[in-house]
Amino acid sequence: MEASSPTTAGPPPGLIRQRTRRSVGEQVIKALLALAAVISVLTTTGIVVALIRDTVKFLQEVGVSDYLFGTEWTPLAGGDQQSFGVVPLIYDTLYLTAIGLLVAVPFGLGSAIYLSEYASPRFRRVVKPIIEVLAGVPTIVFGYFALTFVTPLLKDTLGIEVSTFNALSAGLVLGVLVLPTIATVADDALASVPQSLREGAFGLGASRMQVSMRVVFPAALSGVVAGIVLGASRAIGETVIILVAAGQLANLTIDPTEQMQNMAAFIAATSQADVSTQGTEGLTIFAVGATLFLITLVLNAISIRFVRKYRQVYE
Amino acid sequence: MSVAEAGIARRTVERASSGQKVKDLLFRAALLLSLGVGFLALGVLLVDVAADGASSLSWDFITNFPSRISPERSGVQSALVGTLLLMVTTAVFIVPVGVASAIYLEEYADRDRWWNRLIEVNIQNLAAVPSVVYGILGLAFIVRAPLSLGTVVLAGSLTLGLLVLPVVIVVGREAIRAVPSSIREGSLALGATHWQTIWKQTLPGALPGIATGVILALSRAIGETAPLLVIGAALFTRFNPNDITSDQFTALPLTILRFVTDADAEFKALGAAAILVLLAILVVMNAGAVYLRNRYEQKW
Repeated sequence: MEASSPTTAGPPPGLIRQRTRRSVGEQVIKALLALAAVISVLTTTGIVVALIRDTVKFLQEVGVSDYLFGTEWTPLAGGDQQSFGVVPLIYDTLYLTAIGLLVAVPFGLGSAIYLSEYASPRFRRVVKPIIEVLAGVPTIVFGYFALTFVTPLLKDTLGIEVSTFNALSAGLVLGVLVLPTIATVADDALASVPQSLREGAFGLGASRMQVSMRVVFPAALSGVVAGIVLGASRAIGETVIILVAAGQLANLTIDPTEQMQNMAAFIAATSQADVSTQGTEGLTIFAVGATLFLITLVLNAISIRFVRKYRQVYE
Repeated sequence: MSVAEAGIARRTVERASSGQKVKDLLFRAALLLSLGVGFLALGVLLVDVAADGASSLSWDFITNFPSRISPERSGVQSALVGTLLLMVTTAVFIVPVGVASAIYLEEYADRDRWWNRLIEVNIQNLAAVPSVVYGILGLAFIVRAPLSLGTVVLAGSLTLGLLVLPVVIVVGREAIRAVPSSIREGSLALGATHWQTIWKQTLPGALPGIATGVILALSRAIGETAPLLVIGAALFTRFNPNDITSDQFTALPLTILRFVTDADAEFKALGAAAILVLLAILVVMNAGAVYLRNRYEQKW
């Protein structure tokens, strides 16, 4: 990022002439390009405004504490059954993410250490792109896989009493989804540790495992953590796997064989359901969207911080 | 150090290292195993989808419209046409905007100015926003006021375009940065203006990289389900959208979702077949990106 060299900033000062028609044209072009770059800022502003506007309306109707601390999430139920406590939805989101990370962190980091410390350059050149392919598979495919392969596998082959829609298979597949993210970011971090550190450790008689675990891994820790945080934020925001395989019920349970619903899947399901756009039910997607946006924003800020840290040390 | 002491020292080192060797081997095996998990998952996933969907795949499946009642006469034509229309419109939106942003940030922006740093941090953040949130943005501002387009193809394209714009900008910037400054300096020294240099020298050199970025962005957009669900696109339609202002349209991931969530096993198999169609399109797109990169990439 720091690489923008002075040559890209325009002609040297001595060559700048007085305003001609040509230089006016140059200014117009620059303004148009800047305008395009501003679209990305407008996108963020748009997201924030859209979320805040209707979330405020929602909170005025429901009440901040009922939303944040209520333990019943049944916004689409009628009458007395209707309740807007977001706790189960957040709980389910984090629960599913935790199952995913239990799969993705050990296997993702294991893959990264192998690729960066053990694999030959040729092996790495072939294998890394294949892992990246896994990251490019549309999530609807993972949803199908969870519903029609993993759930029957758990139930019939492994004898675990899971319901048709359950948190366990959705969470496991969520892990497969974020594994490549964690593996590639961690691999980049490990590979950027200077060779001299490894050579120093080898010179002192350390084995390859000791070099990997006691020298390279700690040296790359901030980059590794950034990868895990990035993976977590992807798992938290995932919609379709949960929608297809985990069910439609925000459930405050510790039993992974039951159904669950995360925030993103709730938003998608509710916008497909026939909900009046003016009622409190219609506003829920904005309130839940704002909550989700805030969580991923914080995680991303943490991840950027960690990435900066390891860049500063070694580049 | 006496001879005896040296012998003891050597023996301890040897014993430690032979125990260490076993540990090292086990560690290496565990690492390979974890690498195997990712591969196994990818392999099983592909085999499972192929096994479930291959038998439903036929030319009729491509050309028929989806049906609610008879799986054997159901197809994905409207979904394919919808996806194609969405992708073309998305490309028309993201290519100029993405490339212009990348040029601005690489060639003009002064990093000492706070607004330029704001744009950069902002793009980094946008890349991590969940896709379902972009759906909310599309619903709130593109489908409803102020743009008030309604749930039309164009609204879907703009929503998907905003979602993948960071990809084009990030990859485009890398491609522009890779063009050596000697090329720019040579052009400027011959009297070309800043823009003439960019248009005639920098951009052509960066083109393969930019094209790769656009394909990457589109292959992300083509598999997105959540934003289209939120803006209210149909799960399937029995006719094709006429143009980008059609308010009845669907896309391949949405029709897959409809098939997959059907209780009927025959429809689930159609879902697998439709996934194969989607994966085939993705393979072609990615092969195109790899070809472009290998064929045209310049070594400076």
